[in-house]
Amino acid sequence: MYHYDDFDAAFVAARVEQFRDQVARRLSGELTEEQFRPHRLMNGLYLQLHSYMLRIAVPYGTLNSRQMRKLAEIARKYDRGYGHFTTRQNIQYNWPALKDTPDILAELSSVEMHAIQTSGNCIRNVTADHYAGVAHDEIADPRPYAEILRQWSSLHPEFSFLPRKFKIAVNGAAHDRAVIQAHDIGLQVVRNNEGEIGFTVYVGGGMGRTPFIGRKVREFLPERDLLAYIEAILRVYNLEGRRDNKFKARIKILMHEKTLETLRDEIETEFAARDAKALDLPPEDVARVAAFFAPPELEPKKPVSDRVERRKSKDSRFASFFASNVVAHKVPGYVVVTVSLKAIGAVPGDASADQMDAVADLAEDYSHDELRVSHEQNLILPHVALDDLPAVYDRLASVDLATANAGAVTDIIACPGLDYCTLATARSIPVAQRIAQRFGDGARARSIGPLKINISGCVNACGHHHVGQIGILGLERAGEETYQITLGGSADENAAIGQITGPGFSSENIVGAIDTIVETYMGLRRRDDETFIEAFRRVGLAPFKEALYERSAGSDI
Amino acid sequence: MVLWRREGFAEDAWAFLADDAEAPETGSIVVSLKRWLAEREALASRTGPVGVAVDAGADAQAHLPELANRPLVALAFAKFADGRSFSYARLLRDRHGFKGELRAVGEVLIDEIPLMLRCGFDSFDVTNAPTLAVLEAGRLPGPPIHYQPGSGGDEAPAGVRSWRTISAARQG
Ligand code: HEM
Ligand code: SF4
Repeated sequence: MYHYDDFDAAFVAARVEQFRDQVARRLSGELTEEQFRPHRLMNGLYLQLHSYMLRIAVPYGTLNSRQMRKLAEIARKYDRGYGHFTTRQNIQYNWPALKDTPDILAELSSVEMHAIQTSGNCIRNVTADHYAGVAHDEIADPRPYAEILRQWSSLHPEFSFLPRKFKIAVNGAAHDRAVIQAHDIGLQVVRNNEGEIGFTVYVGGGMGRTPFIGRKVREFLPERDLLAYIEAILRVYNLEGRRDNKFKARIKILMHEKTLETLRDEIETEFAARDAKALDLPPEDVARVAAFFAPPELEPKKPVSDRVERRKSKDSRFASFFASNVVAHKVPGYVVVTVSLKAIGAVPGDASADQMDAVADLAEDYSHDELRVSHEQNLILPHVALDDLPAVYDRLASVDLATANAGAVTDIIACPGLDYCTLATARSIPVAQRIAQRFGDGARARSIGPLKINISGCVNACGHHHVGQIGILGLERAGEETYQITLGGSADENAAIGQITGPGFSSENIVGAIDTIVETYMGLRRRDDETFIEAFRRVGLAPFKEALYERSAGSDI
Repeated sequence: MVLWRREGFAEDAWAFLADDAEAPETGSIVVSLKRWLAEREALASRTGPVGVAVDAGADAQAHLPELANRPLVALAFAKFADGRSFSYARLLRDRHGFKGELRAVGEVLIDEIPLMLRCGFDSFDVTNAPTLAVLEAGRLPGPPIHYQPGSGGDEAPAGVRSWRTISAARQG
């Protein structure tokens, strides 16, 4: 993985000192909250319902055991013993004291981490496929490009005060696990006919109150032009993005108002007018960064392990863990293990300090010191030898991290909602907990198969509900929480925005409504392996609507 | 209002003229873009130099190229969060070959000044008290090393990796 050189270390250290000075000026009263706001936002510090919230970047979701232990230590020392992993490959602490935040950032810098640009109207933490470097279907590892973009966008002098936040995601495999079409810029690594690496570029995806799926502006962007082309997009956006209304300020609205063709022409014109030398990305530099991400040397092994097979045959919990949380590594005899942060009834994405330490130990002992954070709010051990799986499983189980539900109905993505967030209109965490409890982890949950439920506590859509196969949006109607359901959303290369089923459901009835949807699907699927989304695409909204509003007693129309 | 440059506080040789004020025959004046467009010939024929003050917006973008030969362009930050003038500055410096004085006016705050310098601004009208206090103490915030080439004219490549630079003026 990437390691800071002196340059990176000096940069982050200078930034921490700058922030320390700003906090001191705020604490002394020299800066008002209003004057302090832009500074804290550039450093990931939000003012929330109960306290400040600090958001720390896990760039492209990769971290090592030392970094994870530091996150645990921060949770213990400066917070209430836990942290929250988000859909943006960040971790959030909900209870830090303002005076401690410079020290937290200093501690983070000691393990090569930071909170730079995790908030504010700037280029945010660049995200990537959490299976980067281990997936079978990978064209090239997306992380070197994400790292180059992270560097290039850090304290960018021209693009630190954009009309609105700006999110870039990079995917390197055929299957999109980075939801690139829901980002302001989505980059898909591709190879052209000559075998050269480049990118298909999508612009204008985004969630929020007006969701859009990103549109293709370039079929093939040569690797060399990556930075220059991104600069051209950002410049057009900085100059022309709306600044009169923050709800219309994202590039998706600019694209919508100007049309794809006009915006693409403007980007291409700006790109063509560039100083060709200025931001050329030489292959030597890409290679230098890529070398950091070289895969560990793994001795190929037998693709089937007797030890695993034996355990599977006598331990059904292990067998279901194997079926749902383990996928093959590109090297035979190794697997990629998803550590679910979605124990039944737990807060999705939360991990205690002890759990973080336990996962760090496992990474060190069994996964070449590497960990990943997924946008599904889970952790991943990317390089586990198949033979070690029973041992890894037992240790995960001992800290309540062996829930066998990756990708299943109870692997719910949820934003913090009204329990923490100032913008929330409804709670999302308790709804996620209740849905998970309803389905549990028994035979019924397993028979449902892959299903993605996403919950947001307001229209900002931090829980990605628009692209959830079942999306739940918490709203407030006449002082009551009410939950709107969308179906058929998709967050992969076939990205789609879900369709609203109809009137919303009360907090009391929402769980029953979800159950009705799942039952309806189970009733109409053609085979056991026709997934929810496949079935939905075949039959459409109608049967679900009927079940929800005509047959079910639970609706609140 | 106080004028600050990289070297420190300075006297302002330029008079900003209201649109309805008569232009004196001599002396350095700055007029609005609107006035410049309307009275270009008359203004250019006076003996004293004429700078142009530009508010962010469609007009600014359309007329940037023709401002490249002015001795001074003042770009406004109506709010510090309105970042358009950062792009105008870079376009003037890098694309249109502007060699004159580039002034930041409006809400010019301490933590933005290093970014403005890197976009090619070289003078700053400062009113914000906390900003003046830090400038008086003589320290600019933020790292003197950068992950992208700037337009401030004082940066050298950092050696490794094409996108990194070091600010010569801020070393040591
Ligand atoms: C608790 C404090 C948070 C606040 C104040 C907040 C605020 C916002 C706002 C205002 C938007 C809408 C932006 C727009 O449409 O222009 C948004 C979008 C988003 N946020 Fe959050 N958020 C918070 C936490 C989170 C968390 C915990 C996650 C991850 C679980 C997250 C991930 C996202 C994502 C994925 C989007 C939608 C993608 C897009 O930008 O279009 N946010 N957030
Ligand atoms: S979706 Fe709304 S409630 Fe949830 S975290 Fe985002 S802003 Fe807060």
